[in-house]
Amino acid sequence: MADQLLDAKGLNCPLPILKAKKALKGMSPGQVLEIKATDPGSVADFAAFCNQTGNELISSGSEGDVYQFEIKKS
Amino acid sequence: MLDTRELENAKSMSIIVTKGSLDWAYPPFILGTTAAAMDVDVTMFFTFYGLPLLKKDLNLKFTPLGNPAMEMPMMGGHMAMPNVVGMLPGVGAMAGGMMKNLIKKKGVASIPELREAAIESDVKMIGCQMTLDLFEYDRADMIDEMEIGGAATYMEQALKADVNLFI
Repeated sequence: MADQLLDAKGLNCPLPILKAKKALKGMSPGQVLEIKATDPGSVADFAAFCNQTGNELISSGSEGDVYQFEIKKS
Repeated sequence: MLDTRELENAKSMSIIVTKGSLDWAYPPFILGTTAAAMDVDVTMFFTFYGLPLLKKDLNLKFTPLGNPAMEMPMMGGHMAMPNVVGMLPGVGAMAGGMMKNLIKKKGVASIPELREAAIESDVKMIGCQMTLDLFEYDRADMIDEMEIGGAATYMEQALKADVNLFI
């Protein structure tokens, strides 16, 4: 279960990342942020973002045209 | 907040921003804000035509002139604009309007939005003192977050940075 949901649908690079970072800032370590996006580039970008920042990418998938990510704050 | 170990490992990046048209404003602000979101310490140095990007009142212009690679998506295809057409009165403004519409339609951030994100994420923005003097810009017309510096100020950051870009 996600602690917070971020709807980044319709937004293009780099907005999904910037908004996710902002959301994570307000969360506590261990909490999970769920993100929905339509930018196909966000798949590679969230993986890179998590690799670099140490936050854990718990899941990355898609349903139709919508990509879903779950990030656990480190 | 960062602990000491994280501070020691912190990566840093500098960008020299030399272009201030609507299209060229994107690469430095996209990379600067994204790097900051990835915990990179970012310094942007605005010089020459990049300096107007730090004006309080942003009114960015676009021109297809002299850019043969600029192709606007149009009716399923692409349209390049010959220079002789781009020179006609009003065509530049029209192309700028088309670009702004496209930006909005595709969910691309606006430059004011990206600059605000840069400020929020503590990106250091340095305005070039020499350019301020050369083009007679008034400090009062520039955003409060702008610091003022010169080549040596930039070099001090660049020498210790992991990534240095000139855009």
